[in-house]
Amino acid sequence: MRTQKVELTINGTTYSGHVEPRMLLSDFIRQVARLTGTHVGCEHGVCGACTVQIDGKTARSCLTFAVQAEGHDIRTVEALGKQGALHPIQEAFWEKHGLQCGYCTPGMLMRAEEFLASNPTPSREDIIEAISGNLCRCTGYQTIVDAIEHAATLLKSQTAEA
Amino acid sequence: MKDQTRRIPASRQREKPGQKTKWIGTDMKRVEDPRLLTGQGRYADDVSVPGMLHAATLSSPHAHARIISIDVSKARALPGVVAVMTGEAVARLTGPLPCFSNPPVEQRCVAIDRVRHVGEPVAIIAAESRYIAEDAARLIEVEYEPLPAMNDPRKAMHAIGEGVLHPARGDTNVAMHRNFSFGDVAGDFARATRVVKRSLRWARSGAQPLETCGAVSEYDSATGKFTIHVNSSMYNYVGWLLAVTLGVPVHKLNIIPTIAGGSFGSKLFIHKVPVISAVLARETGRPVKYLEDRSDNILACDHHGSDRFYDCELALDHNDKMISMRCKVIDDYGAYFQFDIGHHGNALSQITGPYQIGSVEADITAVMTNKCQQGAYRGFGSEVSNYVMERMVDAACSEFGLDPVEFRRKNFIKPEQFPYFIPTGNLYDSGNYPAVLDKALQMLDYDGWRNKQKEARKEGRYIGIGLATCQERSVFSATEFWMLNHEAGFALTSSPEGVKVKIDPTGNAVITLQAPFWGNSPETMATMILAEHLTMDPANISVTYADTDSGIAGTGPGGSRFTVMVAGAIVSASQVIRKKLFLLAAHLLDADPSEMELFDGKVRVKGRQGAEKSIADLAMMAHFFRLSFPDTPEFDTGLDASCTYDHPLTTMPSEDRKDLGIFYPIMGHMCHMPVVEIDVETGKVKFLDYVAVHDCGTIVNPMTLAGHVRGGTAQGIGSAIYEEYKYADDGQLLNANFADYILPSVNEVPPNVRVGHVVTPSPFTEYGIKGGGEGGRMGAPPAIASAIEDALKPFGVKADFLPLTPAKLRGLIRQATANQ
Repeated sequence: MRTQKVELTINGTTYSGHVEPRMLLSDFIRQVARLTGTHVGCEHGVCGACTVQIDGKTARSCLTFAVQAEGHDIRTVEALGKQGALHPIQEAFWEKHGLQCGYCTPGMLMRAEEFLASNPTPSREDIIEAISGNLCRCTGYQTIVDAIEHAATLLKSQTAEA
Repeated sequence: MKDQTRRIPASRQREKPGQKTKWIGTDMKRVEDPRLLTGQGRYADDVSVPGMLHAATLSSPHAHARIISIDVSKARALPGVVAVMTGEAVARLTGPLPCFSNPPVEQRCVAIDRVRHVGEPVAIIAAESRYIAEDAARLIEVEYEPLPAMNDPRKAMHAIGEGVLHPARGDTNVAMHRNFSFGDVAGDFARATRVVKRSLRWARSGAQPLETCGAVSEYDSATGKFTIHVNSSMYNYVGWLLAVTLGVPVHKLNIIPTIAGGSFGSKLFIHKVPVISAVLARETGRPVKYLEDRSDNILACDHHGSDRFYDCELALDHNDKMISMRCKVIDDYGAYFQFDIGHHGNALSQITGPYQIGSVEADITAVMTNKCQQGAYRGFGSEVSNYVMERMVDAACSEFGLDPVEFRRKNFIKPEQFPYFIPTGNLYDSGNYPAVLDKALQMLDYDGWRNKQKEARKEGRYIGIGLATCQERSVFSATEFWMLNHEAGFALTSSPEGVKVKIDPTGNAVITLQAPFWGNSPETMATMILAEHLTMDPANISVTYADTDSGIAGTGPGGSRFTVMVAGAIVSASQVIRKKLFLLAAHLLDADPSEMELFDGKVRVKGRQGAEKSIADLAMMAHFFRLSFPDTPEFDTGLDASCTYDHPLTTMPSEDRKDLGIFYPIMGHMCHMPVVEIDVETGKVKFLDYVAVHDCGTIVNPMTLAGHVRGGTAQGIGSAIYEEYKYADDGQLLNANFADYILPSVNEVPPNVRVGHVVTPSPFTEYGIKGGGEGGRMGAPPAIASAIEDALKPFGVKADFLPLTPAKLRGLIRQATANQ
C-alpha cells in the first residue's frame, strides 16, 4: 500500500510519519506520535473513548483519517495537566471519583473541556446532555456528572483568581 | 436452619471489626487516578516492543459448518504479511485451550475442521501493521459446508447427528444434566398450602468493557521462553495452563500483566488472545500484538453471560412462609464449556435468597449451541438466581394478595439466626436483613411514593415502585469449580491470595499484588489497609503487580473476593514486618519487643517518653547495619514479607452432594428500590428515584464502594431493559456492534442512585470486610422487573423475561389493551 508523509500538530508539537492515506487519526496519535492517552473502544464512533479536539471541537479520532487532520490543531488528553499539576477538570474527576477503569476518561475529559468552555455554569441536565455521546461502563455516570459540575466551580474560581 | 451436624470452622479473624481506624472507612481518593487521568495508564494496547508485528484473525461467517478447505496463498503473498496460520498449522504448535469442565470440551484458539459459532477464528495473520493483517484476512479463501445451526437450547438439547456441536462427547448437545435436591422438597410441596408457578427467562448479555482483550507476546528461541503481556487476571492462579497449551514447561512462560480498561468478569482468565499472539510470535520469531477489535470481542470474547429458561415453583405454608422451591433450568452455554456449570454453583450458594426456605431443588441442563461460549459477567450466574427468587416472591405476593414488604420481612432469616446454613450446605456468615429493608424504605419514603403513585395514576401516568431484597455472595472457594460435576476431575481446594510487602531502606513500602487493576481500586485498597496496620502515611506506599516469574500464590479479583483476601494477606505480611520492627527497635532502645507499639509511623516503648524510632530509621538499620544487632537469624538483613492468605471459611462437599459444603459464605445483602415511570405510548422506562442499600460488612472505602454499587446498577439496568445478544435462527449475531447492542448511556440511568449502607461485619474476615463489587448488577434486575410490573399493574403485564426493552414493553401493553 502506498504511503505518504503526513505531518500533524498535536498538542503544539509537530509529528510526521510516512503512513497510508487510510490510517486513522486514532492510530496516528497512538502509534506515530506515541500518545497513548487516547483510547479506542468501539472503532465505529459510538463509544466516544477516542474523542480528541480538532480546532477546539471534539471529534472521534477513530472515524477521522490522519491525513484529514493536516493543518489542524489537535488536542489530546496529554495537553491537559501533568502528574502533580493536574488540570482542574482532572482534579475534579479525581475528587469526585469520576472514573474507575479510566478507559473512557480521556474522551470524557476532552468533551468536558470543550463543553465547559462553551457553558461555564452548567446545570446537571446540561452536563447530562453534553456527555450523552460518551459511554462509560464503570461508573453509572453519576460521579462523572458530579465531577464536571465540580470542575465548573474550580474553573470559575481559577478565573476569578486570575 | 441451625444444623448441628454441619461443621462451622473456627474463625481465623485477627483484626476485629469496630476498632478505631484512621484510613479504613474513609473516602480516600484513589491512588490509581493521577496516571489514568493523564492518559498514562499503560493498557494492553499501549505495550509496544521493538520489531513488533500485528495480528488479525479471519473469523467464521457461519454459526456451524465444516471447514472443507482453506487457501491462504493470496494472503501470504501480500507484501507486509509475515505469517498466515490455519487451525491445522496452529495445532502443530499448540494444544487445546484451558477448560475447567470435566470431561473437557475441546476448544482451539483457531478452529480445526469445524466452526461452532460466528466469529470463531479460522485463520490468523501476523503482518507489519494491523491494516495489512486485516487486508490479508480478506484474501483468505475458505470453503465451508454449512451444518444445522443451533440457536435455541430447548431445541438444541434434542438434536442429534449433524446438529451436534461436539460429536466426540456423544451424540447430544446436552453438556451436562444434573438434579440437585436439598432437604425434603417432595414432603414440603406435599404439605404446602399454596404453590405459585412461573416460567422465567433471563436473556444473554455481556460485560462489554470499553477495552477489549489484548496481548503482546515474545518468544526467545535461545531460551525457549515465552513472555506475554496481557490484560488478563488470574494469571498467577491458572496462567500456567497457557504454558501447557503452548507446549512449553511452565517455567518457560512469563506472563506480565497490564491493567485492564474494565472487565466485570470478562477478563477473569483470557486464554485465546494470548495463545494466538504467542503462537504467531513463535512462528515469526518476532513479537506479536493481538488485540481484539470490538467485533471480535462481542462475537468471540468467550465471556457471554448467562442465558437461561426457568420453570419454577414456590411453596407456601398456611402462615405464608415460604417452605420450598424447585426449579428446572435450561442454560444455553454456547459453543464451549470452559467453566462448566460453575455459574450454577454461584446460584446454589444463595439460591434461597435472604429467606428461611427449608428445601430446594435445582434441575440443571446445560446445552451447547452455536453461540459464543459463556464466561464471567458480574454475578457469574447468581444474579440470575436473585432475579428468579425475587420474581417468585413477587409472583406469590401478586397471586395471593400479599404485601411485598411484609411478606419479605416475615420470611427473612433473622439476625439472631446467623451463621446460617441454607439447604444447599453453604453458610451465610452474618446479616441483618430487616435493617437493610427498613433503611431502604425510609430513604425512599416508600409511603410517600405510594401516595404519589396513586395521584399519578389518576392523571393517567404509570409509576411503579420496585423492591428487591437479595444476596451478594462473596469470596468463592475453589470447591465450586468441580463439585457440580458428575466426576470431580481436578478437585482443587485452594483459592489463595498472596502479597509481598517490602519496606525499602528509607521506610517507604512497596506492596506487590498477584493480579492487576481492572477498574476496581486494588492499589487504593491495599494502600489503605497497610497504612492502617503499620500506621504509615499512604503517600509512602506504592503498589505494583507481580508477573508469573516473581509472583506467589494469588487468585485475583472475581466473585467479590479481592478486598477480603488482600486484606487477609496484608494483615499477615504486616504482622511479620511489625514483629521485625519491634525486634530491631527493642534492641536499639534497650527494651523488650513485647513493650513496643506502633504509633504514627514510629515504634516506641510503651509509656517511656521519647524512646522511639521511626520506621524509616529502623528500615535503614535493617537493610545496612547488620553488625549493630546480635548474631542471630531473626536480625538478618532486610525488611519484607511474602504472605498468602487462604480462604477464611470453607469446607468440603459431601460425596453424594446432598451437602455442597461451605463455599461462598461471606454474604452481603442489598435492598434496591427503584421508582420508574413508563410511557405507555412508547414503552420507555424513566427512573424517578432509585435507592440502593447494601450491607457489605465493614467498608474500606465508602466512595469506591458506592462507585461499584452505582456502576453495577447501571449494568443491571442494561441487563434488565436494554442489553441482549440477539442471535438469529441461522446463528448470526444481529447486533454485534455498539450501535445495536445498547450499553446504557447517561440518559438511560437514574440521575441519582441514592446509596445507603448497613454494616454487619463478617465474624470471619479481617476487620469484618465482605465483598461488594458485584452487588449493583445483582440487585437491579429483579428490582427493575418489580417496578415495571408494579407500574403496569393496570394492564396486568408480567415481567417474566428480561430484557424488557421499550419495544417489548410496548408490545405487552398493546397486547394487554387488546385483551381488555
